[in-house]
Amino acid sequence: MRVSAEFLRRACSPGKYFNARTVAAAGFIAALAVSRYGLLDNYLQLLLMLIGINVILTMSLNLINGYMGEFSVGHAGFMAAGAYVSSLLSVRTLAAFSPFWAFPCAVLAGGLVAGAVGLVVAVPSFKTRGDYLAIVTLAFSMIVKSVIENIDAVGGPRGFLGMDKLTTLPWVFFWVVVTIWVIRNFIYSRFGRGVLAVREDEIAADLTGVNTRNVKMLAFVVSSFFAGIAGGLYAHLIQYISPGSFDILKSTEMLVMVYLGGVGSIAGSILGATTYTVLLEALRPLGMWRMAVMPLLLVGLMIFRPRGMMGLKEARWLVPSSEREGGDSK
Amino acid sequence: MKPLLEVRDMTVSYGMIAAVRSVSFEVYSGETVVLLGANGAGKSSILRAVSGLIPGGGTVRFEGEDLAAIPAHERVARGIAHVPEGRHIFGNLSVKENLLLGAWVRRSSLAGDLDRVLALFPRLKERYSQSGGTLSGGEQQMLAVGRALMSRPRLLLLDEPSMGLSPKLVESIFSMLADFHESGMTLLVVEQNAAMALTLASRAYVLEAGEMKLSGTAAELQDNPLVRSAYLGE
Repeated sequence: MRVSAEFLRRACSPGKYFNARTVAAAGFIAALAVSRYGLLDNYLQLLLMLIGINVILTMSLNLINGYMGEFSVGHAGFMAAGAYVSSLLSVRTLAAFSPFWAFPCAVLAGGLVAGAVGLVVAVPSFKTRGDYLAIVTLAFSMIVKSVIENIDAVGGPRGFLGMDKLTTLPWVFFWVVVTIWVIRNFIYSRFGRGVLAVREDEIAADLTGVNTRNVKMLAFVVSSFFAGIAGGLYAHLIQYISPGSFDILKSTEMLVMVYLGGVGSIAGSILGATTYTVLLEALRPLGMWRMAVMPLLLVGLMIFRPRGMMGLKEARWLVPSSEREGGDSK
Repeated sequence: MKPLLEVRDMTVSYGMIAAVRSVSFEVYSGETVVLLGANGAGKSSILRAVSGLIPGGGTVRFEGEDLAAIPAHERVARGIAHVPEGRHIFGNLSVKENLLLGAWVRRSSLAGDLDRVLALFPRLKERYSQSGGTLSGGEQQMLAVGRALMSRPRLLLLDEPSMGLSPKLVESIFSMLADFHESGMTLLVVEQNAAMALTLASRAYVLEAGEMKLSGTAAELQDNPLVRSAYLGE
């Protein structure tokens, strides 16, 4: 890609030209150009799209495990809901329509169904305090897997295919930006502050008047919505989904990306998802051994940076200007 | 005159153990009421049941309204703020965020309230963007009180405000509470430091093993031989 040296210099020094909006606009134009004119080879484009999908997944899980301090281990279940709903829609119902409209609708529908499923999981989980969420979400992801395996209409254990490759770099980038924008605004809202209070001290949250149950439910629904979106994008990228694609390993992968990048941080989520995806690809020559390197990396991380690379810290350009210390835009 | 807070036959049990047995008392608007008692007398349990953190038997009425069906977070909206024992500040959040959380139930502009609380506690202004966990014990206590004030309470519950603080800090906390009392605020204070607490109180109750033993004005209790020997160390 050809970019002027002046733009690069400005882009690298945080300031007037480097804020969330410029990054989003420049990135979207770049993504459009790359996919329109094939500026990068297909493999690199695929890698970028996988990174984007993983960023969405990591942000989604980070909202629960990082910002809210609860522990979900079954987010692959929500991803599965989004993937299957959007795939079914685009293969069976929306095939006659122009994919330009049908595809975003299918992905959005997948996200909405995943969000509704999230609400169903959240209601019993948050009736009790403590670590029940981990158990409930674990059970939930197992239920999702066996339900799909037993529905012949979606291919059962053989999986489901027939989706066109509709996921493109601009679409992935668009959804990444939407995810970051929504989750950032949520975190810095009154409700988001309630989410942080739940993590810090639930008794104190109760005593300051935070409606902890509502706050937890809302966060969980938002989180599962985005996991569903990621599922829809994934299904239309790989063009094949099976119950095995959304098993406990997938949930574990998300956990690794959250804790690698950093709990309670958007920049950390981006960093964690990118590092993990790229490393996994870079270590491909090691064959089976790469699965031994990743856990070692994690152990090292837990020893030297237990909160992840960006734990509880945020990149300045991702913080709304009104919340910045010594705010520069008042 | 009707009491602001009226507690009738309150019982609090932890499993088989009754921590509070049929306790009744009331707090009138503008009063400072102190609950005295030794460790385990049930003082904190009473405060927790009043703010709704734990369930309690009997009736709790606030401004005449029965609170039985009202959860803790809605009691804050009704005007009950509780500064818990051990402060319970949000350690990883900044002083500013801690204070803003105190006003979670209110959606109106908070700038005025922030200024008011910061004027009351200049130390918090110095530490404004520092995280709560890095504050000293005294500063954390100020933050906990400041956070409670952010909800504009009509009744402030304070659980052991002097706990773990140096004598000098205890004095400044109590002089601050005296200022609150002067300004017409209603306080319900649980305190082991009886001597200090009685200088502050309008009225006081003495609890022993979950039961109400004595009650009276601060002056009466200060002269009571039982109180003098058991709580004032004479």
